[in-house]
Amino acid sequence: MAELLQFVFSGLTVGAIYALVALGFTLIYNASDIINFAQGEFVMLGGMTTVFMALAGVPLPLAALIAIIVTTGVGLALHRFAIEPARGASSVALIMITIGASVFLRGVAQVVFDKRFHSLPPLFGADSIQFGGAAILPQSLVVLAGATVIVILLWLFVERTLLGKAVIATAANRLAARLIGVDTRRIVDFSFAVSAAIGAIAGILITPITLTSYDVGTLLALKGFAAAMLGGIGSPLGAVVGGLLIGMIEALSAGYLSSSYKDAVAFLIILVVLVAMPQGLFGRVKVERV
Amino acid sequence: MRTLQRVTVTAAIGLAVLLSAGHQASAQTKIGAVLSVTGPASFLGDPEKKTLEIYVDEINAKGGVNGQKLQLIVYDDAGNANNARTFATRLVEEDKIDAMVGGSTTGSTLAMIPVFEDAKIPFISLAGAIQIIEPVHKWVFKTPHTDKMACEKIFADLKHRNLTTIAMISGTDAFGKSMRDQCVAVAPQAGIKIATEESYGPRDSDMTPQLTKIHNTAGVQAVVNPGFGQGPAIVTRNYRQLGIKLPFYQSHGVASKQFIELAGPAAEGVRLPAAALLIADKLPNKDPQKPVVVNYTRTYQQKSGQAVSTFGGHAYDGLMILVQAMQRAKSADKSKVRDEIEKTKGYIGTGGIVNMSPTDHMGLDLSAFHMLEIKGGDWTLVPGT
Repeated sequence: MAELLQFVFSGLTVGAIYALVALGFTLIYNASDIINFAQGEFVMLGGMTTVFMALAGVPLPLAALIAIIVTTGVGLALHRFAIEPARGASSVALIMITIGASVFLRGVAQVVFDKRFHSLPPLFGADSIQFGGAAILPQSLVVLAGATVIVILLWLFVERTLLGKAVIATAANRLAARLIGVDTRRIVDFSFAVSAAIGAIAGILITPITLTSYDVGTLLALKGFAAAMLGGIGSPLGAVVGGLLIGMIEALSAGYLSSSYKDAVAFLIILVVLVAMPQGLFGRVKVERV
Repeated sequence: MRTLQRVTVTAAIGLAVLLSAGHQASAQTKIGAVLSVTGPASFLGDPEKKTLEIYVDEINAKGGVNGQKLQLIVYDDAGNANNARTFATRLVEEDKIDAMVGGSTTGSTLAMIPVFEDAKIPFISLAGAIQIIEPVHKWVFKTPHTDKMACEKIFADLKHRNLTTIAMISGTDAFGKSMRDQCVAVAPQAGIKIATEESYGPRDSDMTPQLTKIHNTAGVQAVVNPGFGQGPAIVTRNYRQLGIKLPFYQSHGVASKQFIELAGPAAEGVRLPAAALLIADKLPNKDPQKPVVVNYTRTYQQKSGQAVSTFGGHAYDGLMILVQAMQRAKSADKSKVRDEIEKTKGYIGTGGIVNMSPTDHMGLDLSAFHMLEIKGGDWTLVPGT
C-alpha cells in the first residue's frame, strides 16, 4: 500500500509539472491555431532568469517577478517580430517559425546564461512530507496548486470576460472577428504574452524539482505538448488532466512494469486515446461548414 | 585615381600573401584538434579547446618544440560524429597536420579512427569509452580513464566495507548506459552481486518509483548510480526524500562542485570515485600529482576565468604526452612520434600516472581514481583508497 502511494505521489509530482507546461500551449492555440513549440523555452527562461537574478543578489520574489516580465516580453517579441510578419502563411509554416524561435532562444540562453545546471530553493523547504509510509516534497504540492490556480483564472478569463470572448472569436474566425470590431492583432499579441507568462511561472515553480539549464525546455515541451494533446488542445482543464494522467502512467509503469519502458507505455496510451478520440479528452469537436 | 586604387589593392593582397606565408614558415609543427566546442557535448569541448590554446601559446612563448613553433588547428564538430569525420579528412588532406589531439566524445573519436589510421598520423583521443583502445589501434591513444576503472574502484571500496550485494539505478544517456554495461561486466570478477537494476531517462524529474522498488528488494546493501548531468542530483534528492539509509555511490560523471550544489544536503555521505584534479587542494603534499594538478588549476583559472574540469585536464595530458614524445623523438616525424608516445612511462598528468605499452594505449591504473565522500558540503578523501 505504501508502495502504491509512493508511486501515486511520484505521478502527481511529474504530472503536475507536465500539466503546468501544457497549460502554456492552450491560450496561443485558442487565439491563433498555432502550436507554439517555443513554449518550453518560455519555461526555461522563467527558471534561468530567476536563477541568474538571484545569483546577482536580487531577492527571490523580485527575481521571479522580473523573470515573468522578461519572458512576457520575449513572448510579445516572438509574436511581433516572427509570427506577425508571416501572418499570411499557413499554420504549418507558423509552427515551423516557432520551432526556429525555440532553437534561437536556446542558443541565446547558452550565451547569455551558461551551459550548467541550476536549481532554486523550494518554497517550503526540502524536507519531505511523510504520509502513509510514502514521502512527497512540499514543492510538488506547490506545483499542483499553481496549475490549479492558472486553470481557474484561464477559465474565468475565457468564460467571464469580454477579452476572453474576443480570444475565442479570433480563434473561430479571424476575419469575422475583425468585422465586429475585435482588434485581432492585439488579441494574438495578448495570447502570446500570457502564454509566455504562464510558461515563466511554470519554470519558476518546477525548477526546485526538475533543476534547469538552457536546454531544459525541449523535453518539457514535448511532454507538455503530449499532455495538451491528450487532454484536448485548447482546453485548460484538459491540459491539467492530460498532464496528471501521463505523470501517473509513467510513475505506475516505472513502479510495476519496468523503468525502461515507462515512456513507451505513456506514449502508447496517448496513441490509443487519440485514435479513439482525435480531439482529446476535453477537446472541442471542430465542425467545418462547407 | 582608379589605377592608384588598384595598385594599393594589389599591394595589400601581395603583402597579405607574404605575411601569411611567413607565418606558415615559422609554425611548422601542426597539431590538429576536432572538439565538440558547441552543442550538447560542449561541456567537454569548451574546456578542452581553451586548455589546448592556453598551453600551445605557452609552449610557443618558450620557443616551441624542437625549435619549431606549434600551430594548433581546431575544428568544432558540435557533438556530431559525421562532422568530426569530415573535419578529420580536412585536417589530413588540406591542413596536413603532424599529429592529432581530440575527439571530445566517443562517437566522434570512433568516427575519426579510420581516417588517422589510414593516414598514419598519431591520434590522442580525449574521450572516455574503452572501445577506443580495445582492441589496440596502432596510431590511436587516449588520456581519460575509462568507466570500467570507475566501476572497479567503486567495487573495491564496497569490498573494503564488506558489502557485496548492490542495486544499480542508471541513466539511459550514453554515459549512464556505457558505465552500466561496464559495471555489469566487471561485477562477477569483483565479487559483487547486482540484485536489481533500474533506469531513468536523462531528463526525468522524479525517480522515487525506481528507488522505492530498490528499497523493497531484499538483500540490497548499497546502491550505485552511474549517470551524468542533472539526473544523479535528482536521484540523490529522491534517495533522501525516501529516507533510504543504505550506502550510496555516484560515479565520476558527477564529480564536480556543481553536483554538491544541486543535490544540496541530500549529498551528505555520498561516495564517488574522482580524478586528482578535482581535489587538488585536498591531496597530501607527498602525492606526485599534486604539483601538476595545482599548476594546471591555477593556469586554467587565471587564463580562462572558469573553474577547472577533468575534461580540460584530459586535453592538457594529451598535449603534454604528445609534446614530450616529440621532444624525445627530436622531430615531428609521425612514425617516430607514435613510437615515442607508446613508450611514455611515468608521465605525471592531471588524470593520473601514465605508463603506456604496445598493449595499453591509455596507461592508467586504479590509482588514477581517488574515492571521495561528501561531508559538510565538500569532498573528503576516504582514507586507505
